[in-house]
Amino acid sequence: MAQAMHVEGQQHPIKLYLVVWGWLFVLSTCSYLVDYFGLQGYLRWSLILMLMILKAGLIVAVFMHMAWERLALMYAILVPPVLVLVFVGTMTFESDYTLFTRVKFFGAGS
Amino acid sequence: MAKSALTNTGEALTRPAGWQGIAADWSSDQRAFKNVSWGKAMMWIFLLSDTFIFSCFLLSYMTDRMSTTVPWPNPSEVFALTIGGTTIPLILIAIMTFILISSSGTMAMAVNFGYRRDRVKSAALMLATAAFGATFVGMQAFEWTKLIMEGVRPWGNPWGAAQFGSSFFMITGFHGTHVSIGVIFLIIMARKVWRGDFDRERRGFFTSRKGNYEIVEIMGLYWHFVDLVWVFIFALFYLW
Repeated sequence: MAQAMHVEGQQHPIKLYLVVWGWLFVLSTCSYLVDYFGLQGYLRWSLILMLMILKAGLIVAVFMHMAWERLALMYAILVPPVLVLVFVGTMTFESDYTLFTRVKFFGAGS
Repeated sequence: MAKSALTNTGEALTRPAGWQGIAADWSSDQRAFKNVSWGKAMMWIFLLSDTFIFSCFLLSYMTDRMSTTVPWPNPSEVFALTIGGTTIPLILIAIMTFILISSSGTMAMAVNFGYRRDRVKSAALMLATAAFGATFVGMQAFEWTKLIMEGVRPWGNPWGAAQFGSSFFMITGFHGTHVSIGVIFLIIMARKVWRGDFDRERRGFFTSRKGNYEIVEIMGLYWHFVDLVWVFIFALFYLW
């Protein structure tokens, strides 16, 4: 039965959750401090994105138990969102183009 | 589950791992997700679709922000609060972040105690999660009120690009709706757990089916997803 199997499969010590909880607090504090100290430029962006991905990874892997699922489920759920990056690329081109036409033909900002 | 266990002879054998495991699981002309119940698989698939919805919101925000010729309002200043004479940047959002993370922590432990059949602790932790969630929504309502009083509208604001308001209300509004729905479902599920529905296999009100403690984990998946989305909103909208 599925229930009996999960009792075995998703039984982890409470300490694990508390440790992850602590790490999420630390990482969130770090990303808040990025703004508090007003870091700018590539340093700011890379720190924000890195902390974001670390936090997201901890939540999905431990809190959502993805780390203990079979690869078939892991890839079925985690690979499609990565393809959103293609969409990000497309829209970056599109918005650069829109900005170009706005500056060129409406003369805004000049 | 008893029915599928009868037809699914694969479960008795040890399944191959790694890439071979993926091929074996998907090509077996049976269920692809071998040790995951349909309820959990469907919640994952729903969350995948919800990921795309939030991705589209964040992408349209990115497109707006990149293509506007008017400067974008500085979130660090817009969301600053003055407490006791000192202005602290983004402090409300930081507190909201910590509250939502804490609610994820209590939810994870509720799932754990559910599987240990400790129904009182599980229900209490779920109620704590719901309380954190309600606090979060309350603070969001405060934030919305403050911004609306300051003149932020979906079509304009006093500080810069008009798209700021529409992006803000759309993204945080949709996320707040998710939190609110989660709070309602947490309270319903906590009541069921508290009453011992899953120990006595009481039949559900809507489905007339017997439930088990896995529903706490499925509820947890949804709740952690709400927290997950906030991680992205916090980084991409508030900090960027």
